[in-house]
Amino acid sequence: MPSAPTPVPDAPVPEARNGGAAPAKGAGRSAAGRFDPHRFGPVIGLILLLVVGTALNPDFATWDNLMNVLTRTAFIGIISIGMCFVIISGGIDLSVGSMAALIAGAMILAMNALQPLLASPVAVVGLGMLFALLLGGGFGLAHGLLITRGRIEPFIVTLGTLGIFRAVLTWLADGGAITLDGDLSDAYGPVYYGSLLGVPVPVWIFLLVALAGALLLNRTAFGRYVQAIGSNEQVARFAAVEVDRVKVLTYGLLGVCVGIATLLYVPRLGSASPTTGILWELEAIAAVIVGGTSFKGGEGRVAGTVVGAVLLSVISNILNLTSIISVYLNAAVQGCVIIAVAFLQRRRP
Amino acid sequence: MSEVARFSRRVLLGTGLAVAMAAGFGGAVLAADPVKLGVSIPAATHGFTGGIVWWANEAKKELEKAHPNLKITVKTASNAPEQANQLQDLVTVTKIDSLVIFPFESAALTQPVVQAKKKNVYVTVVDRGLTDPNAQDAYIAGDNTAFGRIPAEYIAKKYNGKANVVALRGIPTTLDNERWDAFTAVMSKHPDIKILDAKYANWNRDDAFKVTQDFLTRFKDIDVIWAADDDMAIGVLKAIDQAKRTDVKEVFGGAGSKVMVKTILDGSNPLIQADVSYSPKFIYDAIKLTAEARLKGEKLPATHIIPSSLITKENAKEFYFPDSPY
Repeated sequence: MPSAPTPVPDAPVPEARNGGAAPAKGAGRSAAGRFDPHRFGPVIGLILLLVVGTALNPDFATWDNLMNVLTRTAFIGIISIGMCFVIISGGIDLSVGSMAALIAGAMILAMNALQPLLASPVAVVGLGMLFALLLGGGFGLAHGLLITRGRIEPFIVTLGTLGIFRAVLTWLADGGAITLDGDLSDAYGPVYYGSLLGVPVPVWIFLLVALAGALLLNRTAFGRYVQAIGSNEQVARFAAVEVDRVKVLTYGLLGVCVGIATLLYVPRLGSASPTTGILWELEAIAAVIVGGTSFKGGEGRVAGTVVGAVLLSVISNILNLTSIISVYLNAAVQGCVIIAVAFLQRRRP
Repeated sequence: MSEVARFSRRVLLGTGLAVAMAAGFGGAVLAADPVKLGVSIPAATHGFTGGIVWWANEAKKELEKAHPNLKITVKTASNAPEQANQLQDLVTVTKIDSLVIFPFESAALTQPVVQAKKKNVYVTVVDRGLTDPNAQDAYIAGDNTAFGRIPAEYIAKKYNGKANVVALRGIPTTLDNERWDAFTAVMSKHPDIKILDAKYANWNRDDAFKVTQDFLTRFKDIDVIWAADDDMAIGVLKAIDQAKRTDVKEVFGGAGSKVMVKTILDGSNPLIQADVSYSPKFIYDAIKLTAEARLKGEKLPATHIIPSSLITKENAKEFYFPDSPY
């Protein structure tokens, strides 16, 4: 937040929070020295899962499998980082899966339309990626404006756009699939399938987004405002935080994250269909909460969110690599693990 | 036993009526009457249902052009309660006299259809049978048993009864179970065909990609992947490509989407050699059969199964509809 009039001091705002987990930042810092099992709940859960996975199938612990899992986590992971900001600020966004599907479809249509006009497929792909980011940012800002200026609950706004985005995609796709042209598919492929120093490109981008997110949340005025608003919006307002503006920006940020996730997703299958991104919103929200962010807002962790997202995909990976449990029960296993991890990182009342 | 008895009685009754109609009493009178046909189908949320919607509208276009005294109303619904409401509207507001319905769920839609039938609407049920077969005048469906049996027979024959197979399943439903049971029934006769594992991938490309990645990590020697759906086959192919695996010799999808049929026709991917038809075109056939029978004042046979057939390079042309979205 470049043009904020007065910097908000760290301590007073979280303290002003009525009830709930009061000392958000203060406790985090003072506890950094000693080991807090609640804070490391998700990490402990993940380590346990890794041990179980390796014991059940030795192929689990191979580099290739690890990279497969991290690569497929990248989409949800990147969206979760954006979602982390929205939830910390006390908001929610249910539309991200539909938004990703619509951005994917619109982006493919735009690239297919540009192809005859430009000689270089790489240029077309570059413009397509830019388009995806702009579209995501635009959708996010629109959410933010409807929520702040329109004074509509975020749950309702994004429930509405959840339906709108997916319906528009289905309409654009005529109920079928929107598919990227062959040449473009070849030029775009490396963005998902390529790797750098043995690590796939989407994993690098996931890492960069996570680092940027952690920096933004913990080391900038914007990050402090987001936490202050989630802790107590009234107090933040009195402390001269431009609440509406910060909120709009968090939704815009999430939109851009969805755009980034989509531009990594499109080269995987080269297509978008009405089933693209179904239930991503729940996975993203689950990753954020499992990672130790308070659903009520006010406090949260980017690193925890990353661990949460990885944890969720490791569960389904282990289930696919074994057949000790009936496939009918897969969702139940996932449910149990999510609840167990949430229990490990629960807060004291 | 009683099931059979009831069935044959219905067939006899139906045939008797049809003969009576054809014999002329009323047939000629009815032929002049206009027919208002309602079509109630699921909204386009999957490639397959997208195809259903497209073929229903094709049928409307063609048939209304051919028969000026025929009016077809197409309604799409995104869940069972919405479909039940639309059905009421079709009967009371649009005042239809014939109905072609592709029910979301068998149980939930049975009562609403019974209500429509009580108002003398002629009912053709497509794909998913109702729990009370008396609620329908005719039943037209694709062949789910053949959808599982044909790929199994094809794989068993082509690999001389010896192969390592992994399979993907759709969403846990009776439809998926019928296909899976038919597939495993054939394979159980071939002791050297090993089904290594089968997992649900929800008829979804992305899930199919992930499940296949994990299958490839887990099993080092796979001959055939039964993707059981053309949408899922796309995800399977990408995962094989990425893992650069050469042991997989064939991927068998299902339904005959235009992308897969084109691939077979052009021979553009050695992994895709054959497919089994389960075309959303059956909604077109159902509307056409119903409309034409009603215009003539005739009845349809009680049950009409549209056969699934093996699609190979030789006959792929017959199954290629480039304008359809699926």
